[in-house]
Amino acid sequence: MSSSAAEGRGNMSGAERQYFDALAQGQFNIQCCGQCRRHVFHPREICPHCGADALGWVRPSGRGTVYSYTTVRRKPGSGGDYNVSLIDLEEGVRMMACVVGRDPHGVAIGMAVQARIESGDGAARVVFEEVRP
Amino acid sequence: MTHRDLRGKTAIVGVGHFGLGQAPGYTDMELLVRAAHRAVQDAGLTMRDIDGIATSSTAASMWVMSAIETLGLRPTYIDGTCLGGSSFMSYILAAAHALESGQCNAVLVCYGSAQRTAAVGRAAVTEARKSLDPQPYEAPYHPLSPLSSYALAARRHMHQYGTTREQLAEVAVAARLWAQRNPEAQERAPLSIDDVLGARPVSDPLTVRDCCLVTDGAGAFVMVRADRARDLPNRPVHVLGSASAVWNRQISCMEDLTVTAARESGQRAFEMAGCTPADIDVVGLYDAFTINTILFLEDLGFCAKGEGGRFVGGGGIAPGGRLPVNTNGGGLSCVHPGMYGVFLVIEAVRQLRGQAGDRQVAGARLALAHGNGGTLSSQSTVILGTAETV
Repeated sequence: MSSSAAEGRGNMSGAERQYFDALAQGQFNIQCCGQCRRHVFHPREICPHCGADALGWVRPSGRGTVYSYTTVRRKPGSGGDYNVSLIDLEEGVRMMACVVGRDPHGVAIGMAVQARIESGDGAARVVFEEVRP
Repeated sequence: MTHRDLRGKTAIVGVGHFGLGQAPGYTDMELLVRAAHRAVQDAGLTMRDIDGIATSSTAASMWVMSAIETLGLRPTYIDGTCLGGSSFMSYILAAAHALESGQCNAVLVCYGSAQRTAAVGRAAVTEARKSLDPQPYEAPYHPLSPLSSYALAARRHMHQYGTTREQLAEVAVAARLWAQRNPEAQERAPLSIDDVLGARPVSDPLTVRDCCLVTDGAGAFVMVRADRARDLPNRPVHVLGSASAVWNRQISCMEDLTVTAARESGQRAFEMAGCTPADIDVVGLYDAFTINTILFLEDLGFCAKGEGGRFVGGGGIAPGGRLPVNTNGGGLSCVHPGMYGVFLVIEAVRQLRGQAGDRQVAGARLALAHGNGGTLSSQSTVILGTAETV
């Protein structure tokens, strides 16, 4: 990794744009620091752990665990109740996401989940589904 | 000089509030000015004596300039930092430095919001903030902001420590019992644990009764050096210790949802004040949601981590309980105009002056007021004491 990863990118965009551009192409990436080797999410320009300008993109396994969750109440006519969770990825980073494809009231802390990209009406986003044993 | 040298060197000498509840027809700034005027009057000063100001707004990023203009000040000390609801505690340590160094002689800390009745309502401000202050890694999942973040913390605390729904409800019930002793509190009707549990669920496990009020209101206080405070009409309330800590902004970036930065702000504030939680007579904790009170009791050291639920159980923080907490009725039952921190300072001052009426904690000498901002993001602690504690 060069002393300045940004220089090597020429006129490329910042990390946030790169993340969402990749997501729109069907690719879920997180960052890993070439200096301290820790994974990073959300995307940043420099490593929040060691301060190095050495962040590169990696593809996470997508395997995660529910760290906490809430069921947001919504009228049935507006789409009904939905889940909002914090997911701990296998790589050691946490992200907010929805657990989908099941009754939101059945989500539990510790549940094993797998990421997938959902591209509906809006912008692409990462969601998770329960991994059934 | 170390920050410990600032212990007791400054004092709050005036407090004031205005428009609690609903104040239709007033702007945020007009409410602020009314509260500021009362606080300066209460201090025995005039607006011409004010040469320092600290204020912020949830909507306007250059708010302090407007406040200076409207009040007609020429301050030599200006603080417009916004740490959300804890801003008004966070101003205290910086103001103490500025007063002690001689940069200024009288600091006015002030806040006003007409969020309940304003023409530009909360929904519009929330919508505008989505583009001005985007949160692209959380917004796509539509958490209720800020409620769902606190719901996530509550759920994790319940999972990790066995905290119960009933214990969360105890916090709301205790606040209501205190509010019934405060004629200025906005919600004073009887409230039971069953009422809280049976209320409309909003973001599980929290119901609408786990959430603070949405009101108008303004509050202000005035700080001067302790030597000057002696010549002013009110019993001075001395600043013994204060500290702020921020570890994250978004709830998804909080390392452990059961441990807030109040652990750090509290430890530093107690170190500066030279006292411990056991010494504190009356406590104010920023109760935007019921889980807050439990988390801050633990993180500030009033009980061990994980014991907060049991600590508040059985009326533990209600009138007659083991520790008087949120004696004004709190954000849950007294007032909550967007950012609530200034009202925690006002209540602590009233308790230490012995002016708290039916809710007065007998012989209160040491008070702690703790502010929270964002989604358990900013934490600011202040420890205040009567003259005999200095």
